[in-house]
Amino acid sequence: MEKYAVYVPKLVTRRENFAPGHRACIGCGEALAVRLACKALGQSVIIANATGCMEIVSSPLPYTSWRVPWIHTLFENTAAVASGIEAGLKMLVKKGRIAQKEIKVVAMAGDGGTSDIGLQALSGAMERGHDFLYLCFDNEAYMNTGIQRSSSTPYGASTTTSPAGKVSIGQVTWKKDMPAIAAAHDIPYVATACSSYPFDLMAKVAKGAAIQGPAYVQILSPCPTGWRFATDLTIRIGRLAVETGMFPLYEVENGAYKLTFDSPKLRPVADYMKLQGRFRHLSPDIVDKIQTKVIEKYERLRAKAVR
Amino acid sequence: MAKRVGIEVSLAIAEAVKLANADVVAAYPITPQTHIVEHLAELVANGELDASYIPVESEHSAMSACLGASAVGARTFTATAGQGLELMHEVLYVASAMRLPVIMTVANRALSAPLSVWGDQSDVMAVRDTGWIQLFVENGQEAVDNVLCAFRIGEDPRVLLPVMIHLDGFYLSHVVEPVVFPEQSQVDRFLPPFKYPLPLHPDKPLTMGAFAMPIIYSEAKKAQEVNLEAAKEVILECWGEFGNLFGRYYSPVEHYHSDDARVLLLTLGSFSETAMTAVDKMRGEGGEVGLVRLRLWRPFPFAEIRQAVRNAEVLIVLDKAISFGGPGGPVCSEVRSALYGEDKKPKVIGFVGGLGGRDITPAGFEEIINKGIEISQKGSDKEFEIYGVRE
Repeated sequence: MEKYAVYVPKLVTRRENFAPGHRACIGCGEALAVRLACKALGQSVIIANATGCMEIVSSPLPYTSWRVPWIHTLFENTAAVASGIEAGLKMLVKKGRIAQKEIKVVAMAGDGGTSDIGLQALSGAMERGHDFLYLCFDNEAYMNTGIQRSSSTPYGASTTTSPAGKVSIGQVTWKKDMPAIAAAHDIPYVATACSSYPFDLMAKVAKGAAIQGPAYVQILSPCPTGWRFATDLTIRIGRLAVETGMFPLYEVENGAYKLTFDSPKLRPVADYMKLQGRFRHLSPDIVDKIQTKVIEKYERLRAKAVR
Repeated sequence: MAKRVGIEVSLAIAEAVKLANADVVAAYPITPQTHIVEHLAELVANGELDASYIPVESEHSAMSACLGASAVGARTFTATAGQGLELMHEVLYVASAMRLPVIMTVANRALSAPLSVWGDQSDVMAVRDTGWIQLFVENGQEAVDNVLCAFRIGEDPRVLLPVMIHLDGFYLSHVVEPVVFPEQSQVDRFLPPFKYPLPLHPDKPLTMGAFAMPIIYSEAKKAQEVNLEAAKEVILECWGEFGNLFGRYYSPVEHYHSDDARVLLLTLGSFSETAMTAVDKMRGEGGEVGLVRLRLWRPFPFAEIRQAVRNAEVLIVLDKAISFGGPGGPVCSEVRSALYGEDKKPKVIGFVGGLGGRDITPAGFEEIINKGIEISQKGSDKEFEIYGVRE
C-alpha cells in the first residue's frame, strides 16, 4: 500500500465506463468493484459478462450502463464466449479485416458463475491459454436469485439454501479456494482484490489485462443485502475481511506468491463476523473453529509468499 | 475447372469450410461428427485453412465460443451430433436470438439412454424450435454445396441467422462419394468475406444480450419469428444463384415421381436415396407411388409441401424420431398440421423407423408403403406405426 501516496487518486481517470444510474442495491460492493475495474481497463476492451447481479442491474433493455463493448449470453459460458472473442479478433487482425489494435478481452462473472456452474468453461479457457482476463466478483452466494449458497460461501454463513436452523449452523462447507484452482492451471497471473482497496484493485486489474495469456482476479465484493449489514458499512466490511485474514490479498505471478497486504497481527475474525447478519446465529465455539482455520490458511499462504 | 473426386462426406464438409475460408472453428469431438472436425484441425495444422481452431472442453463451450467469435465478426463454424447437440441446447437459442450466423453441421445421431452412437434424427427434433435455419442434405454433393450456401444465407444482412445442416450420421457422414468441388475463385465470388453490421469493437461500443422485461420480450420474439420466415426468400434466392453459378439447383422440397403418384412417401436426408430404389421397383410393377423429400426444415416450407402432395390420396411420412406419448414422429405431425386446413389433401399415415442405426432396406420401404396403403383403407387403432421392431 505504501506506494499509493495522497496524489494517486488524482491520476485515476474520471471517465466512468460503467455508467452511473444502474440498478444495483445501495451500498453494493460489487458495483463499486466493477466501476473501479472498468476505470483500470480503459476503453480498448471487450467484456463478456455472465448472467448475474451485474448483468441484471446494468442492462435492462433498452438501457445500458456499459460505455465499452459488452456482451452477455448465458450463465456458465462466459469464459468460452471470451475464448471465441479472443480467437476471432486475432484471426480478423491477421487477415487484415480489422485494424491492428490492442483490445483486451475480459470475462466477468460472480462467484456462482465462476466456482460452480462456470468452472468447466473457465478451466478450459485457462488451460487453452487464451489471452484474456477473468474477473470473478465474489459476493459469496447467489445474490441475484436471492442469497442462495455457492461453493464460495464461507463456513457458517446462513443463506436461503444453507439456512441456519435448530440443527444446522448454516453453510457446513469451507469456502472453495478458487484462486488456488486458477493458479493450478499454471497461468501467468492470479490475484485477489477487494473493492475496499481501490488502488490495489485497479493495479491488479490493469496488470492482469496487460499480461499475455490468461489472468484471473477474484475480487471480494461485500453485499449488504446478502450478508445483512448496514449499507454504509461496505468499505469497512471489506477492510475487515482483509485485516482478519478471512480474505487475504495476494498475487501469484508466474507461480510466485506475494502478499499484497500483510499484517503482522491479524484482527480477530469476530470483528468481521459480528457486523453481519449472516453470521449472527453462530455460537462462540464455531467462531473459534473459523478463527483457527483462518489462521492456519493464512500461515500456509504466508509461508508460500516471497518476502 | 471444378474437380470431381471420391471423398468421405465428413472430409468433404471440412474441405467446403476451407473453401468458405472460415475464421474460427470451435468444436468438441463426438461420434459420428469426429471426421469433420479432425479434418478441419488437420487443415489448420497444415496451414491450408487460415483459421483459429479452438479445441474446447465441451459442446456447450463450442457453441459459446462460436457466439463470441461471431459477435466480433468472424466467420464461424462448428459441428456436432447427438448428445453434443443436446449439451449445447440452451446456447442454440442465444445464437439465433442474438442474430449470430454460426454455421453448424450435425451428423444426426440417436440419444441416450441406452447409449447409441448410431444414426437417427432424435437429436435434430429436440432442437427444432431453437430459431435456426435448418436443412437436411441427402448426399455428399448436397452437403458441400449447402455448407457454402449456409454461410451465404446466414451472413446475409437481411438474415443474420445461424444455419444447421443435418446429415445422417454414418449413413452419410462416413461414406465415400463422388463430389465436385468448386474452384476457390468461384467460391470467393459467390461468398464474399463476412461483414457483420454490428460487431463488438471498442471503436463503437455496443451492448449485446441485454435482458428483457415483459414489456419488450414478446416484441423481441415476434421480430425473431418474422425474421426467420422472411429468410426463406433469401434461401431461395441463394439456391437460385448457386444453381446459376455451379449448375446444381436446390429447392425446399424435392420430388421424385410425385406428380402422378396416388401414394406418396415423405422422408428426410439420406434415406431418400434408398426409398427411391423402392419407388422405382414398385413403379416398374405398376404401383402409382412417388417420393417427396423435405430439404428445408426451418423455416417450414408450407406452400411447397401443400403443393407437392395435393394430388395424392395417401401420404406416408417416415420419421426417424419419436415424440413419446405424442402423435408419433415430429415431421409427420407438422406435415399433418400443414395440410389440415386444405380442402384437397391426402390421408396422412405416420411411421417411425430407423432408430439408433436400424437399417431400412429397399424391401423395407416397400413394406412401409404397402402397410401405409393398407392402413389408409382399413384404418388403425394406433396414432402411428413403428416399423421394423421385434415384438
